[in-house]
Amino acid sequence: MNETKATTKTTHPHTGMTTRHDAWWLAPLMVATGFTIFIVYATYRAFENNYYEIGAIISPFYSPKIVLDWFPFSPALLILWVPAGFRATCYYYRKAYYRAYFLTPPACGVKVYGNNGYTGERAFPFVLQNLHRYFFYLATLVLLILWYDAFKALIEPTFHLDLVTVIMFINCFLLSGYSFGCHAYRHLAGGGLNCFSKDESTKRRFKVWEFVSKLNEHHMGWAWCSLFSVGFTDFYIRQVCANVFPNPTFF
Amino acid sequence: MAEANLKVFRGEKDSGTFENYKVPIEEGMVVLDAIHYIQQNMDPTIAVRWNCKAAKCGSCSAEVNGKPQLLCKSRMDKFEPGEEITVQPIKTFPHVKDLVADVSWNYEVNKKIVPFTPQPGHNWVVYQEDIERVQEFRKCIECFLCQNVCHVLRDHNRKDGFYGPRFMVRLAGLEMHPVDSANRLKMVKEDAGVGFCNITKCCTEVCPEDIHITDNAIIPLKERVVDEFYDPIAKFFKSVFKAK
Amino acid sequence: MTNYETHEHDVLVIGAGGAGLRAAIEASAQGMNVGLVCKSLLGKAHTVMAEGGVAAALGNVDPEDNWEVHFQDTMNGGKMMNNWRMAQLHAQEAPDRVRELQEWGAVFDRTNKGQILQRAFGGHKYKRLCHVGDRTGLEMIRTLQDQGIHRGFAVYMECSITKLIKDGDKVSGAFGYYREDGRYVLFKAKAIVLATGGVGKAFTVTSNSWEYTADGQGLAYDAGADLIDMEFVQFHPTGMVWPPGVRGILVTEGVRGEGGILRNKDGYRFMRDYLPESTKDQFSANDAESERWVNAAIAGVKTKDKRPPELSTRDNVARAIYTEVKEGRGSPHGGVFLDISYQDAARVRKKLPSMYHQFKDLADVDITAGPMEVGPTMHYIMGGIRVDADSQMSRVPGLFAAGECSGGMHGANRLGGNSLSDLIVFGRLAGLGAAEYVKKLGAAPAVPQDQVDAALAEMEEPFQRGGSGSAKNPYDVQKKLNQIMSTYVGIFRNKEDLEIGIQKLQELKEDIKNVGTKGSKTYNPGWHMCRDLKNMMIASEAIALSALSREESRGAHSRTDFEQLNPELGKFNTAVSKDADGMKLEKTPCPVMPEDLKRLFAKKETTHNG
Repeated sequence: MNETKATTKTTHPHTGMTTRHDAWWLAPLMVATGFTIFIVYATYRAFENNYYEIGAIISPFYSPKIVLDWFPFSPALLILWVPAGFRATCYYYRKAYYRAYFLTPPACGVKVYGNNGYTGERAFPFVLQNLHRYFFYLATLVLLILWYDAFKALIEPTFHLDLVTVIMFINCFLLSGYSFGCHAYRHLAGGGLNCFSKDESTKRRFKVWEFVSKLNEHHMGWAWCSLFSVGFTDFYIRQVCANVFPNPTFF
Repeated sequence: MAEANLKVFRGEKDSGTFENYKVPIEEGMVVLDAIHYIQQNMDPTIAVRWNCKAAKCGSCSAEVNGKPQLLCKSRMDKFEPGEEITVQPIKTFPHVKDLVADVSWNYEVNKKIVPFTPQPGHNWVVYQEDIERVQEFRKCIECFLCQNVCHVLRDHNRKDGFYGPRFMVRLAGLEMHPVDSANRLKMVKEDAGVGFCNITKCCTEVCPEDIHITDNAIIPLKERVVDEFYDPIAKFFKSVFKAK
Repeated sequence: MTNYETHEHDVLVIGAGGAGLRAAIEASAQGMNVGLVCKSLLGKAHTVMAEGGVAAALGNVDPEDNWEVHFQDTMNGGKMMNNWRMAQLHAQEAPDRVRELQEWGAVFDRTNKGQILQRAFGGHKYKRLCHVGDRTGLEMIRTLQDQGIHRGFAVYMECSITKLIKDGDKVSGAFGYYREDGRYVLFKAKAIVLATGGVGKAFTVTSNSWEYTADGQGLAYDAGADLIDMEFVQFHPTGMVWPPGVRGILVTEGVRGEGGILRNKDGYRFMRDYLPESTKDQFSANDAESERWVNAAIAGVKTKDKRPPELSTRDNVARAIYTEVKEGRGSPHGGVFLDISYQDAARVRKKLPSMYHQFKDLADVDITAGPMEVGPTMHYIMGGIRVDADSQMSRVPGLFAAGECSGGMHGANRLGGNSLSDLIVFGRLAGLGAAEYVKKLGAAPAVPQDQVDAALAEMEEPFQRGGSGSAKNPYDVQKKLNQIMSTYVGIFRNKEDLEIGIQKLQELKEDIKNVGTKGSKTYNPGWHMCRDLKNMMIASEAIALSALSREESRGAHSRTDFEQLNPELGKFNTAVSKDADGMKLEKTPCPVMPEDLKRLFAKKETTHNG
């Protein structure tokens, strides 16, 4: 009965960080790694100001291309804040980075890092998360432009399909799945109603809400896939522009 | 016969010891069965709160290997043979004895919520699609595992400013009820403190009833609060339309 | 001397399930100062376990339904042993009580016309059970709880009552302790409503939780009330049988209501063989007709087809399953198969979500993919404290009872769904009755100190005996009690077994006098059990004696030595009460139904049990 003896010291029922002995640290570590890689890459690309356009093809990091005489930096900076803001205020990403970067908490049943002055999303800066729907409006405009870009790549100079165009379409599809499964949109589409069956208009909104809800169930999946796809699309276009990767044409 | 190796917190009011017990394993056994075995064969004074033993009443909340869960739903066969199974009381509420905590704070919070207030003269024709959302919230068995795991209450101890996920679920069920006429959004923002929630979703992870607490209750409430308090543009348009 | 705290109320309600909460709400509404005592936390009472629905003749699905049909079904189900007035009040008032729940925020499933949806259940002629998936009890208790907390009555959680105090013949208070820290508490009250539920923990295999230790029956008996119909113990036909840790946990009748099929190990659908002659014409003639009925029910359309045989009354189905298993045609773990997996999986998950999770989580069985194993489990006691039908007052002035702990409403066998409606109908009437009694009473009756001292001393005794030596372990004693009840007073009974059982119970009484415990009073379950055993013993003895005295088979009471129903015996209730030398048993005449109600039962008198 040595074991029993070893534990008979008077103690508090909860001491230390956690009693979990599974790999609770793995998920936040992977999330932090994934985000960091993307942020480093995106920052590098935003400032690179090169290799983003070839023929009718334009990288999603630089579209729509806005060139202002008085703005000496990369045009990407004029547009990237929109999707960045959309994702930064997204309910899924908030969960992910509050856990992975801020450790509030790192995992369920694991003690938070730091204990004083937690205000959550009640005070600056995180009270700004409430602007998510505005970012949704702007990001939807940008998304429309990306669809426009994809179609433009398809028909200019003549109707043809190449690998980059395929990648651009896949990217648009994934970004749409992400954008239209957004919690804010779910609310605006119909979630804000209390009675769906009231009249024809609320019945229509109910149908939209149902569809958005289905997308929303997998919002995390859409968030990661579209994050990867947007980074990959830019990377592939960069490599094509730099003549590293080929862009085979199918027809 | 295979034996399970349990390490159970024994003591009163935050002070005690972890005691080890060897309990024979039966097929389909759950941790609550093991505690009952101890109660009936080793020490009748071991305290555990339980009622239905079928995951319907939400009494036997505790933490097994650090994870908040119902003891009646924690199957013994998901542990490795010989693995030490640590059983602790829930952390967020005052400790009483052994595995029992004093959850009365929750009942006090519940009293503050404006109750269901039907629209006067409603004909009670209500369609399934209108109440399906609310029915999800009504599945809550008040095990308070979400309250226990929520770091706002658990680590920051902001019981003064935040009602916790359980009552966000209740508030959402009332706010979305097609017949209800009360407006609780100011309460949701101020007294209930929905802004304290940073949607890290642990409440959803531990919910034994699979209620999507964060996605279906808290976030929609946050969005309704945005409508009311943080969306000046929509407010402006609404007032213009109303003025017409 | 150990201290105790004191509270004063006009009406004290003991038990906070559906009936207790409804009684407290009503008494409060009548302007009473009310206290509500519950043994566990508020909202955890056994009502949460009720699954299938609440019976009320709203006629939303079958417009032919009305209170008279509900009344007939209830009386027929109870083999005419019911207190006719209670059955009448119940059938008449249930629809209003259900609508009231809705107005208090209950969210019932809806028909496609936007009304409360109703499902079929055993013994109910029409689709009558208002439900919320298979968690109707939870919906009900949460609605009443959320309504109750705003009514201003005091709630004493995790508090057990051990003794009722009387001033002369009138009830005047209650003594108990808080489970949390063992503090003693005295309630001075002008009226007391018992709503403590059933007696399941006297049996080995039961769907009841630990709370069901016959507290109300025991307290009332000690206070001089009489218990009637105690021989009528309902075994629910479908409890889980595997794994051992969950044996007895309820599988809702809703599974059969939604079309679940019972088969033995050979795959044979046996229920049709067990239908009593007198009811055969109410059920489908063959499997094809059953299937058409189920399909019509799912589609929500009317049909001329008759219902499947699985929807016979609970006593029949329980006996059928018991017999199949006993004759060697059972499933591997001693039950039979209940199959709903032939239906669309998504629909099963939607209509029976908690069954789906219960089997998935606790037994690793996917009910949408394969059959469940089920067997009878002790579920409900029809008998209980005898009360006046309109006021719910027992023969002890000021002592009221409602819900499962009261007797008379359900006769010899309760129909599924009638218990939830019982709770809200008679909970309200008890609250009302208590309030009216208090208004007429005037000055509060006295609380004699010697009774309080005796109650307190009784609670100290288990500690004086300690946890070792000659003291008995309360859990061992409970296990013995369970074995006696399950072996000798189970689903099928005979004179010889019952006599052995009664003898063994007498012997066990000595053990109960000697149970002891150690440790502190803080949340000490062993200590709590010491007291609970007393009540369980009272109920067990009452059940066994009543069962021995009823020499016929009627409803849930099945005697292998008297297999027929005897119309003569149906004119008397069995009643037990406390006497100087122990338990006294009497046969008292049943209340006689007035002629205008009798005409509803013009059909031939049946001599078959079923």
